[in-house]
Amino acid sequence: MTVGLLYDSTRCVGCHACSQACKEQNKLPGEVQDHTTAYTWTVVKEHEGAFVRQMCMHCLEPSCASVCPVGALHKTKEGPVVYDAKKCMGCRYCMLACPFEVPKYQWDRAVPVVGKCIMCYDRVKEGKATACAEACPTQATVFGERKELIMDARERMRANPSGYQDAIYGIKEVGGTGVLMLSGVPFASLGLKTGLPEEAPPMRTWQVLSKIPDFVAIWAASLYAIHWITKRRDDVAKAEGGE
Amino acid sequence: MDTPVRNDRFRAGFWTVLCALFTLAFLVIAVLRFTKGLGAVTNLSDRFPWGLWIGFDLLCGVGLAAGAFTVTACVHLFNLKAYEPIVRPTILTGFLGYVFVIVALLLDLGQPWNIWHAIIYWNHHSVMFEVAWCVMLYTTVLSIEFSPVVLERFGFHKVAHMIHKFITPLVIVGVCLSTLHQSSLGSVYLIVPSKLHPIWYTPMLPLLFFTSAVGAGLGMVVIESYLSGRAFGRHLEMDLLAPLGRVMVAVLSIYGLMRIQTIAHNGAFRDIIGLTYEGKMFILEFAIGVLAPVILLAIDKVRNNPTGLVTGAFLAVMGFVVNRLNVSVTGMERSAGIHYIPSAMEITVSIALVGIGMAIFALACRYLPIFPDAKGAKRSRRPASPSPDLVPAEEGR
Repeated sequence: MTVGLLYDSTRCVGCHACSQACKEQNKLPGEVQDHTTAYTWTVVKEHEGAFVRQMCMHCLEPSCASVCPVGALHKTKEGPVVYDAKKCMGCRYCMLACPFEVPKYQWDRAVPVVGKCIMCYDRVKEGKATACAEACPTQATVFGERKELIMDARERMRANPSGYQDAIYGIKEVGGTGVLMLSGVPFASLGLKTGLPEEAPPMRTWQVLSKIPDFVAIWAASLYAIHWITKRRDDVAKAEGGE
Repeated sequence: MDTPVRNDRFRAGFWTVLCALFTLAFLVIAVLRFTKGLGAVTNLSDRFPWGLWIGFDLLCGVGLAAGAFTVTACVHLFNLKAYEPIVRPTILTGFLGYVFVIVALLLDLGQPWNIWHAIIYWNHHSVMFEVAWCVMLYTTVLSIEFSPVVLERFGFHKVAHMIHKFITPLVIVGVCLSTLHQSSLGSVYLIVPSKLHPIWYTPMLPLLFFTSAVGAGLGMVVIESYLSGRAFGRHLEMDLLAPLGRVMVAVLSIYGLMRIQTIAHNGAFRDIIGLTYEGKMFILEFAIGVLAPVILLAIDKVRNNPTGLVTGAFLAVMGFVVNRLNVSVTGMERSAGIHYIPSAMEITVSIALVGIGMAIFALACRYLPIFPDAKGAKRSRRPASPSPDLVPAEEGR
């Protein structure tokens, strides 16, 4: 079972209750910013009258967790991608790798950690909805099992075909995401990344990494073979020269 | 204290003073960085998390150390004994390159005191994990490969001789580790297909990084021979170095061809012909790093002339640096939506590291038997104290 969130832009009224609830739930200092930071994990942005939430998409195959050398970021079996600050060494590869540019950094701290939405993992483990979904007055954000959320989204689109774009954002982007989005206007005009590959990016590095053991064996053997041949050739040349 | 031959002229000259000033600045910046955070000294941000310290210090530092594995492979695996005189300086360059990278990483990592976590928390899906292990292991291999030089200097000839017994497996391990992570620095960028500009993004990145590192590594061998030759009043071993120029022509040509193919495959020629920002940076990189050195070094007259050879090698190295910065900075700017220019403090740190590295190299050349015609090497040529790298192969067995 994989849980996720369904965000419906057409229901969102831009009240920022989700951002505020997120701050409280995760005890993040400071006011809600107008963009996501290490201290503001979700924001609502307005694009020509349409709203869009920005937050971690909780990819099914997350690039951040794949690149983290120490496994500080990891995909839980329930679905949320969580972060363990104690393991982190601060290489920021997760920030580079994330196709949605979600992980943010504490640039002002001497001991900085990464900040990003963790889908209220503690609440999820207890079977509760995320703080943002609970706080949303219009049910623009709902929490649930990903499969059911997809069915729910399709149902909404069927009921009101003219009101929605004919796609669910997050179904196939970078191999699928835990957060799904519906919109009345084209996704690109909401500032969402379009044209993302359908294949999960971690596949690309894994294709190379998984071949390394075989490669090393063959390469080391070849190098030794070259050494053996060249040395033999040298010995023979010396012996012949000596005669 | 022995008096070294010809090179005992330690005076606080222009370069020494400059290097000392940069070192001082480096220390001040390091204090600032560890008390006020990365934001206080760098122009890095949430939109541009990796800058000069990754692009130059890490990618170039490791790449330019590539001479070490190429030359040790030439001598110990391909049995090209003629190259023995340059094995020691290239191993030292390689080792210093890695130390340079590690110091830079300690500044760039948010929590450098956790750097050892890579040893206990494993994520074998991470290219960075592989890089971390290769850096650890290869730095160890390089220090073992270099240790006979230090051991000899202090008279531990038996230990030095013992290490030589294991030189073939050691070199094989070293070459494997180098191959892996010269290429895996390219693999680091495989994860960003939607971010890195199509002039540079290709599944071939690992192979391209490896090939260009071999080319630039050989260029560095030529340059360091030239610089140390000047500093210590030695002649340039043209009979050794000119053939390296020939190899560079071959390696860079293959690399250039692969580059053109991948760009054609990505349909990114439009950007080059259209002279976009990325297109111009590519032309710069390709002209000075591939076209110019290939043309120069392919001409016998130029290659066999010390100035011509060094110019060709220098261009190849510069082109390599531009390429790594293009992958790490230029190619990432469009998707980030901002223009990243390193801060004065970031630049100071990088220059200081290069300066400190060169100073250590110069000191080592002065006090250790690095070069065959320096005093230390003369001592090591005595039959009783065979040096691992200078001793003929049949004696070592």
